Amino acid sequence: MATVTFDHLYKRYGDDVVAVNDLNLEIGDGEFICLVGPSGCGKTTALRCAAGLEDISDGQLLIGDRVVNNVAPKDRDIAMVFQSYALYPHMTVYDNLAFGLKLRKLKKDEIDRRVKEGAAILGLEKFLDRKPRALSGGQRQRVALGRAIVREPSVFLMDEPLSNLDAKLRVQTRAEIARLHQRLGTTTIYVTHDQVEAMTMGDRIAVMRDGLLQQIGSPQELYDHPLNLFVAGFIGSPSMNFATATADGKNLVLGGVKLELTGQQAKAADSRTDGANVLIGFRPEHIELANGQESDAVRFPAKVEVVEYLGNEELVHAQTEGNEIVALLPSDKKVVVGDNVQFAIPMEKLHIFDPDTEKALAG
Amino acid sequence: MTAASSPASTPVTGSGEQSRAPGHGFSWAALLFLGPAGLLLAVFIVFPAIYTAFLSFNRGRGGEFSEWVGLDNWIRLFTQDPNFLRIGFPPSGALWNNVLWIIFFVSFTVLFGLIIAVMATRVKYEAWVKGIVFLPQAIAATSLAIIWRFVYSPDPNTGLLNAVLGIANVGPLSVLGNPATVNWALIAVGIWGSVGFATVILSAAIKGISSEVLEAARVDGATEPQIFWRIIVPMVSLPISVVAVTLLVGVIKLFDLIFVMTTGGPGASSRVIAFSMYQEAFPSGQFGYGAAIAVVMLLLLVPVMIFNIRRFRAEAVQQ
Repeated sequence: MATVTFDHLYKRYGDDVVAVNDLNLEIGDGEFICLVGPSGCGKTTALRCAAGLEDISDGQLLIGDRVVNNVAPKDRDIAMVFQSYALYPHMTVYDNLAFGLKLRKLKKDEIDRRVKEGAAILGLEKFLDRKPRALSGGQRQRVALGRAIVREPSVFLMDEPLSNLDAKLRVQTRAEIARLHQRLGTTTIYVTHDQVEAMTMGDRIAVMRDGLLQQIGSPQELYDHPLNLFVAGFIGSPSMNFATATADGKNLVLGGVKLELTGQQAKAADSRTDGANVLIGFRPEHIELANGQESDAVRFPAKVEVVEYLGNEELVHAQTEGNEIVALLPSDKKVVVGDNVQFAIPMEKLHIFDPDTEKALAG
Repeated sequence: MTAASSPASTPVTGSGEQSRAPGHGFSWAALLFLGPAGLLLAVFIVFPAIYTAFLSFNRGRGGEFSEWVGLDNWIRLFTQDPNFLRIGFPPSGALWNNVLWIIFFVSFTVLFGLIIAVMATRVKYEAWVKGIVFLPQAIAATSLAIIWRFVYSPDPNTGLLNAVLGIANVGPLSVLGNPATVNWALIAVGIWGSVGFATVILSAAIKGISSEVLEAARVDGATEPQIFWRIIVPMVSLPISVVAVTLLVGVIKLFDLIFVMTTGGPGASSRVIAFSMYQEAFPSGQFGYGAAIAVVMLLLLVPVMIFNIRRFRAEAVQQ
C-alpha cells in the first residue's frame, strides 16, 4: 500500500489544451478517493497520468516516496480497471486473472493460489474456464476487478468501472467494490462522472472541472459546504436551486420579498454593497412548507406548477419571484398543482455565492 | 448439398444450439433454386476435374485420348522424375520447391506483414508506409518479375544487387543461375510482392483491437514484445489465418513469377508444381502426365479447403 501525491501536475496537449491544470492532491495510504466531474474535466487524464499511460507535462507524481514520472506502468505497482473492462478476449477467465502474475514470473502454485482466492472473493469460481464473451456484463466487470486484486498492487486505479452496467447491477457492484476496499484496504483512485457513486464510495471526493481541481473533501463537507457554485450544483441529487437576489444591508431581497438573515449569512450580505447581486442556493431537500413556527429561517411564497409523486416523497416544481425552484417534500404534505405555498429554508442551509467569482460567501 | 443443410443459409441466433430449418429432407423447390448454379459448377468445375483425373491414367499424347496406361504416369511422377520429386538429402524437384515456398513464403510474408502493420499504426506517416508497402500489389506479376530479373542481373551495371555487393567487394553473383540460391531469391521476390497485402489486412485487424486492452496488458506488466506475441497475435489469429490461407492457395498455383524470371531453371531447379504441369502438358505435349501433376495440385488444395469450410462453420456458430 502507498500514498499517491499529485504535486503541481500538468498535462498539456499541444500548446492550447490543458487537460490537467496544476493538480495538487495528496491521497493517504489506504484511502478511497473519487475524482468526479463532467466529461472532459480531466479526471480520466489525471488517472492515466497516475497509471503511466500518459506522459506528465509538468510537475511530479509520487507513489509512496518515489517520483514515478518516468517509470513505466508495469513498474509502478498499480493495477487499473478500465471502463470497457479490457479483458483479453482470447484467454479464459483464469488466464485473464493469471496473466499479470505470469509476467511477474511468480511460481505456478502461487499464481494458482492467488487466482483461486481472487475468484472466490468475487464469486468467479464457476467461470474460470470460460472466455470473456461467454460472460454477462456484470461477470466481466468482476473479472476486471479480479485481475486487479490478484496482483495485490499498492494502488488501484479505476476508470468509470460501472458505467457500462445497468442501474441495478451498478448499485450491487458499487457495494461490492466498497466491501472489497474495506477488506483489502488498498489505496484507490476511482474516476466517475456520477456524483452518487462518488458520494457513496469515496472517503474523500475531488471535484474537477476544465482541468482544475474545484474542491476536495469528505462527501459531507462537499454537500454541506461547497466552495463554489459548480460544486454546489454538481454534488447532490436533485441538484441545488439557485436564484438571484440583491443585497440590502444585512438582508437580501428576492424579487419583492425581503429575506431576513442572521449569522454568517447576514455577514455575507453585509459585505456586499447595497443593490449588488448575489446568488442564493438551497437544496430541494432542505425546503420545508412554512408553518410560522420555524425560527431562524428564510421564508418566501411560491406557486406550485408540477408535482412528481415518488412514493414517500414528492418533487414539487414551483415558481418563486421569477425563479423556477424544485422542492423535495414528504408526500403526506398534500401539495396540489396551483397551490400558493410558503417555503421556508433553515438559515444554516442557505448558501450565498458571488455571481462573478462564483465563490461561496456563506453556507 | 441441399439448402436446408447448409449452415450459412440457416440464421443462427444466440449462442445456443444451431437451429435447423424445417423440412431437412429432399425438396423440389430447393432443387429448382440450386439447379442453375449446380449445373454451372458441374459443367465448368466438376466435369473438368473428373476429366483431368481420368486423363492422368492415359497417355493423352497430342491432346488425343489415345491410350490407357494405368498407373504409369503416377509411378513415373513419384519415382522416376527428379524434376518433379527427388527424395534424397537435400530433397529437390518441383514438389519440394513448392514445400519451400509454402513454408518460407507464407510464414515470412505473414510475419513481415504483422510487424509492419504493428509498427505502422504507431507512426504519423502510417498511410505513406502502408502505401509504399502495398505498391507491389498494384504491379502485374510479370512486370514485377522483370523488375527483379534486372535487380538480380549478374552484370553490376544492370543489377542493383551486384552493384551493392560490388561496393563491399563481393561478387558479382548470379543468384538466379545458381541452383543453391535460385529458390531463395525467388521466394524473396514473392515475399516482397505480397507483404503489402498481408500488411493492409492485418493492419485493419490490429486497429480493431481496443487500445484499452493493450493498455491493460501494459499495466499488467507486459513488455512491448510480450504484448505483440501474447495479445496482438492471438487476437488477430483469425485474420492471420485468412491471409495465410489466401497466400497458401496462391503459392500452390504459383506460375508467372517462375516462368518469367527463370523458366524453371537453371536446369529444372526452380520449377514448382504449376510450372511442371504447364511444361509437361504443353511444350512437351504429355497431356496425361501433365494431368497427373494437375491432380496433385488439386489434392494439395483439398486440406486447405476443408480447413476453410470448417472455419466458416465455426464462425457461423459463434456469431
